[in-house]
Amino acid sequence: MSIYNPLPILKGLWTTIKSVVEKPVTLQYPEQKRVMPQRFKGRHHLRRYDNGLEKCIGCALCAAACPADAIFVEASENTDEVRYSPGERYASTYEINMMRCIYCGYCEDACPTEAIQLGHDYEMAYTEKRNSIYTREILLDPPPEGQESTPRKVEPGVFNRSIPVMKDAE
Amino acid sequence: MAEQVKENTVTLTIDGVEVAVPQGTLVVDAAKIAGQDIPVFCYHPKMEPVGMCRMCLVDIGYPVKDRNTGEAVLNEDGTPKIQFGRTLVTGCTQVVSEGMVVVGYSEKVQQARKDVLEFFLTSHPLDCPICDKGGECPLQNLTLAYGPGESRFNYDEKKKNLKHVPLGDLIFLDRERCIHCARCTRFQEEIVDDPVIGFYNRGRSLEITTWSEPGFDSYWSGNTTDICPVGALTTADFRFGARPWEMLEVASICRECPVGCNLTLNTRREAKSGGKMVVKRVMPRQNEQVNELWICDKGRFGYHYASADDRLTTPLIRKEGEFIPASWDEALSLAAEKMQAAGSRLVSVAGGQLSNEDYFHIGQLTEHLGGKAVLYSNMMGGDLTTKVGMGPGSNLADLGAGDAILVVASDLEEEAPLYWLRVKQAAERGATLIVANPRATKTDRYAAHIIRYEYGQEAAAILALSLDRIGDSDLADESFKQAAKAFAEAENAVVFFGSEGTGMAQSDALSKACANLLIATGHTGRPNNGLVGVWDKGNVQGGWDMGLQPSATLFDDLKAAKAAYVVGADLAGDNPAYKQALAQAEFVVVQELHHTATMELADVVLPAQSFMEREGTLTSGERRVQRYYPAVPPAGESKADFAITAEIAAMAGKELESVSAGLVFLGIVGKFKDYADLDYQALAEVSEQWPIIGREDLYYGGTGYANHQGLGVLLGTAAGRGEPVLIDGFDLPDTGVDGLLAVPVTRLYDQGNNLRYAAVMFPRIASSYVSLNPADAAGLGESVVVELNGFQVEVALKLDENVPQGIVVVPRSFGLPISAPTPVVVKN
Repeated sequence: MSIYNPLPILKGLWTTIKSVVEKPVTLQYPEQKRVMPQRFKGRHHLRRYDNGLEKCIGCALCAAACPADAIFVEASENTDEVRYSPGERYASTYEINMMRCIYCGYCEDACPTEAIQLGHDYEMAYTEKRNSIYTREILLDPPPEGQESTPRKVEPGVFNRSIPVMKDAE
Repeated sequence: MAEQVKENTVTLTIDGVEVAVPQGTLVVDAAKIAGQDIPVFCYHPKMEPVGMCRMCLVDIGYPVKDRNTGEAVLNEDGTPKIQFGRTLVTGCTQVVSEGMVVVGYSEKVQQARKDVLEFFLTSHPLDCPICDKGGECPLQNLTLAYGPGESRFNYDEKKKNLKHVPLGDLIFLDRERCIHCARCTRFQEEIVDDPVIGFYNRGRSLEITTWSEPGFDSYWSGNTTDICPVGALTTADFRFGARPWEMLEVASICRECPVGCNLTLNTRREAKSGGKMVVKRVMPRQNEQVNELWICDKGRFGYHYASADDRLTTPLIRKEGEFIPASWDEALSLAAEKMQAAGSRLVSVAGGQLSNEDYFHIGQLTEHLGGKAVLYSNMMGGDLTTKVGMGPGSNLADLGAGDAILVVASDLEEEAPLYWLRVKQAAERGATLIVANPRATKTDRYAAHIIRYEYGQEAAAILALSLDRIGDSDLADESFKQAAKAFAEAENAVVFFGSEGTGMAQSDALSKACANLLIATGHTGRPNNGLVGVWDKGNVQGGWDMGLQPSATLFDDLKAAKAAYVVGADLAGDNPAYKQALAQAEFVVVQELHHTATMELADVVLPAQSFMEREGTLTSGERRVQRYYPAVPPAGESKADFAITAEIAAMAGKELESVSAGLVFLGIVGKFKDYADLDYQALAEVSEQWPIIGREDLYYGGTGYANHQGLGVLLGTAAGRGEPVLIDGFDLPDTGVDGLLAVPVTRLYDQGNNLRYAAVMFPRIASSYVSLNPADAAGLGESVVVELNGFQVEVALKLDENVPQGIVVVPRSFGLPISAPTPVVVKN
């Protein structure tokens, strides 16, 4: 074999050259962030109504549905002086242990008020175990633009339903 | 099956299951026995059927009989021909009959249930997610089982009602959720005779309302939340506390009074307590021989003292007037050293709510050191109940026609609510109830004979009830004679003696007179006969059984004490006289749950565990030994009372079991004849009870818990063993007083340490007061100064026609220094 066969090396080189001009698949995280698909199940959010009141009523059905026992809920009573949610009851303690959570979304399915939803946030690294507990303060969305946060003082007798009437999606 | 049928049983078939039940059984109850589901809302096995909710509709068929011969007509295959009715009937009002065929699983019946539920749901808010009943709600469960998936009714036409109506301070009503089954109103009327709630308006506007002021003024209100088949009635205490499925259940025994109601403690971790297990609510646990399915509101809502914020968590030693936290070793060795040095001048005072194990150890330690052990109670006669008490096989539910019950010196509903209920039910079954009390009480409503005597004459009155002495007594009028006859002629007779207006001397004479009466009339040594002490504290009987006794000279004992060892008793808080006595004692060791007036006087404070944090046994007034279990971890470094005593004993040279309550109990078994053959396993035994509750079918008995953890054991008595019973002679106490006489009485809702932490009950607890007959109150204002035992206290004045003239009724544990009838001055 006196003749050196250049074919294999050219073949390899071709792959290299092709990759140089191709669009890279890696992202320069954390400077660049991936846009998640619409149905990605990331960190939970506790949602608010348009008027800024919390949707969560502290019913703990999410905790009951959770296969990993990651959710702990305690409820308390709203008053017109100190109101968190439109009904009688709100979640005074809402904790998710992110180390236990398997992001299955059953909590979202169980929620009767669509209060808890799995969002797109996946940046949840922590250096202390304690920080894996996400409290209601972390999970709650900020109130919508121009709306006051909770708790708030409201006119007596306006929010007199235990669970607010919810319209079906059009 | 046929050969098993006895004369008074009826055999019927329910959904293919053949079952033999007693005659007169209702179809729904028969279904329960057969293990078949006939859902109900308004029917409850403890109440008369009303057939209001229509949920129990079933198809019932009867065997066809030939009109001429009366013989059953047979089908071609030889089975009896069954004729079904044209319409469905309510199973809760239908009594079983021979050969009846009940069909609940046909399409027709299923459709009927579906329709009934759909109708209920037309005005039900379906707010299960926020409802305290959600998860243990019959309506929720049955809707899941039978209900239509979708309503045909327009949501906007649902009736909107008030959702958060306080019926009283303890109970909330949600008018939207109410399905008008009337269980609560019937419970208040039929079972506890407090008809303070009722229906108002008609038709769709029908609503529950309260007639009383304050609202829902009843000691039994919490039970209505258990039997409410929807979430219409919920307690203020548990409101939004947790979801039912999140809580654990732990068996316990109530110690607020001598009945010993069986409880279930529901526990859960709580964020505001730093993630600790806490008791979220107290529920009744079925024991048909003690509390049936019910508990009083004090037992249900008064438990907060055991988890109060000011619980003692470390031992404290007083140094230069200040309490300094100390290690257990330091505190125990100091206590042991001083107690050992005191020798015969050691006085141990054991409160009335400790467990048998605690009493046993306190007695052993004090005996070892040569001191005096005192049971802190103002009642005597705990030795007599061991001789002539109700023996094994007794059950108040067995008393009925031909039997007699004597209730003496007791406002029974205030002193022991469940005894009152059981006595009332016995009277309704036909038992002759004799009430002997100086003033009218709620028990009088069921009395066949009412005997009135003057305060201080209770023993004389009971003596006068003996037929052979009735001629000698100047008390005995016609009412006495009739009552005496009824009592003597009764087949079975039980005497309940309480502490209405008695001190230790009066109680001593009274208990002996009662025992004498029972012996004289032959009502001893048999089941359902005997003496029951309505003790002033939960486990006084246990204290007596462990050899402890009250001391009439406790005041002087303490003053002369070189060391006082006070366990679970707030002497100084109850009576300022004890405060002075304890201040004179040289060294005071206090073993307590929290800061009390007595603890302020201590030299060493030892933190004890509450009943929720440990196990042990209690002995009820009927002398039923019952076992309770640990529910939550102990507060701080606290230890069980018996363990603390054992550790002191170890330092003082006496070996006592310091770890296992069960082993301490074996020591009790070895020492006391009545407790022989018992152990913790025997106390945990259960047998089937009627009604059957606690299965998946919450619709039937309510949300009370079934008993899996022990029904307890009734102790034997000396009379029952055939031993000769002798009652010591006694002097009738002197009653003569010039001017007003103050008498102590018991109120269920007092200002004692147990209720001090139950915030939800505060509005129901009266401020300090005394009661007078209006005739004695001339010139007195609404607030008076009472001069009592050398103390002056300003209190409110209540006028009460039931109080005899010349008497000032002073409630115990209301901050007034009274433990016996005492002369008193009342002025503005």
